[in-house]
Amino acid sequence: MPPPAGVGGGIAASSVRVAPTLLKRGRPRIADRIFGTGVSITGGIVLVVIAAMIVFLVLEGLPAMQHYGFFSFITGSRWTPSTAFPNVSHPNPYGILQFIYGTMLTSIIGMIIAVPLAVGAALVITEVAPPRIKGPLSGLVDLLAAVPSVVYGFWGIFALIPAIKPVVDFLTTTLGTVPVIGVAFQGPFFGVSYFSAGLVLAIMVLPIIAAVCREVFRSTPRNEKEAALALGATRWEMIRIAVLPRARSGIVGASLLGLGRALGETIAVTMVIGNAVLHINGSIFSQGATMSSVIANEFTEATEPFHLSALFVVGFWLLIVALIVNVIARLVVRRGVAL
Amino acid sequence: MASELSILGRLQESQPGKGRPARPSIVQVEHPAVSTRNVNARYGSFLALRDVSISAPQGEITAIIGPSGCGKSTLLRSLNRINDLIPSFSLEGEVMLGDQNVYASEVDVASLRRRVGMLFQRPAPFPMSIYDNVVYSLRLDGRQSRGKLDEAVERCLQQTALWDEVKDRLKASATGLSGGQQQRLCLARTLAAGSDVILMDEPCAALDPISTLRIEELMRELRGKVTIIIVTHNLQQAARVSDYTAFMLMGEGRAGELVELGKTDEMFKDPVDKRTEDYITGRFG
Repeated sequence: MPPPAGVGGGIAASSVRVAPTLLKRGRPRIADRIFGTGVSITGGIVLVVIAAMIVFLVLEGLPAMQHYGFFSFITGSRWTPSTAFPNVSHPNPYGILQFIYGTMLTSIIGMIIAVPLAVGAALVITEVAPPRIKGPLSGLVDLLAAVPSVVYGFWGIFALIPAIKPVVDFLTTTLGTVPVIGVAFQGPFFGVSYFSAGLVLAIMVLPIIAAVCREVFRSTPRNEKEAALALGATRWEMIRIAVLPRARSGIVGASLLGLGRALGETIAVTMVIGNAVLHINGSIFSQGATMSSVIANEFTEATEPFHLSALFVVGFWLLIVALIVNVIARLVVRRGVAL
Repeated sequence: MASELSILGRLQESQPGKGRPARPSIVQVEHPAVSTRNVNARYGSFLALRDVSISAPQGEITAIIGPSGCGKSTLLRSLNRINDLIPSFSLEGEVMLGDQNVYASEVDVASLRRRVGMLFQRPAPFPMSIYDNVVYSLRLDGRQSRGKLDEAVERCLQQTALWDEVKDRLKASATGLSGGQQQRLCLARTLAAGSDVILMDEPCAALDPISTLRIEELMRELRGKVTIIIVTHNLQQAARVSDYTAFMLMGEGRAGELVELGKTDEMFKDPVDKRTEDYITGRFG
């Protein structure tokens, strides 16, 4: 575009002229082009890999889905590969509802325990602890996040389960006998259970949630904290008025990050959940299985008809469940921001 | 005001030690609302304030002026112990509220800060309604009767000339107000808390000229009811609103020192210290 008439002529006989070439759009510089192409390629690779994964899951699961019908998996809750025959398609021996239940239940137990603890830990690190021990505490949280999950599982079996056994035995004999809600707390307790898995998950996701919450709390403007204190607020009152309201959507976001890990966590859960695949167990103290644990447990010996294909169907539904949870979570966060 | 001519006159003849008035460079008033005695303040090992003794008269406005980094804000922020939040901060000497040392070990910091309120450079209303903002500190004392809260809201918003602007939307979020309104809301909030000393740390730095004038008007209206200490970069503002002015400067080792403290009109017309004169006439700073 040429400069509008009169721009250069405002001051008569001005020696300053706008060079017309400056306004032309030239070729982008070489580094710019390299950068643009490079980023497009790497971004494209990510998308292709994800798409390929979904396609692969569906293709591998297709034989079982065609044989038994798409929805018969999520309407059944019996997983009995030994009763599968190549020419029998009804009833579907690969019902997966109990795995979806197990995944949700363990994740929910984990989140109920982990979120309050993580928020508390993050508050201690950012607001309460004396400056000298804030650093080490903060580092400890990061360190916990780096512990491999198999170590958590190992620890769960040999340290956690013996430790909680007396507590759970007490609960099964007290809460377990209460009408209606007692169903969820009935024994017998063999150590490995939904509850143990939830507890291990809680400890695993705690550092992730705490680390994110810590950064969220840290970003509270000093201004607002001081404003609360300057009005005579105590430290707790200041946290309630200045730190927490601002952090609400951050806390939800952090929890979702933790939930994502809890839903997909495989090895630690497989080690402590008991891998009971037959049906849904109402009590949180009974043995069960999750979608990821059944895949990890059975893929090496999936020899029955459609067995391996059915495991891919489980993987497919795990993906769907994770997607749905994510979408719901995003909606919650958006609502949280608007509040 | 016949001051301009006399300032010019003084500028031309100003020579160190010549024709100086017999006033002391640092005036200490009787029965100050807030005072400091020989305060040294440190951030870690860095000395930020050296031997500052200042007094702010009851019910009047004291301005603290000086170039950036001279310790004005540090001084202000040590008066209500809000600087305690900075881990490396330490202070020697005495900071007195009336005849009480605010750094004494038995002092309840929260109730000290209720009495010595503070306005910041950027207004910081809480993310809640206008009404809730004003009564925040009252609710800290426990449940209050509706009537008492309503009364406090109206009185404090009237005092800050905000009532007519917001009385129809007291339940609306305070963050939707303009910057100037937010700052006046913060002032109302401080008044509701029952503060009789209000510290202002460049309260108009983020405001437009008209909002600035409104805040200054309010400060003058509050004169006699509360003691105000204001840190400002704006010399005109100090000259316009304050009764007393303290001038601070970085001394040896970048430590802030109090150079001059006196009645504002006398100080701006006829500074005792040569450095004050250089600063207020714009020769440096």
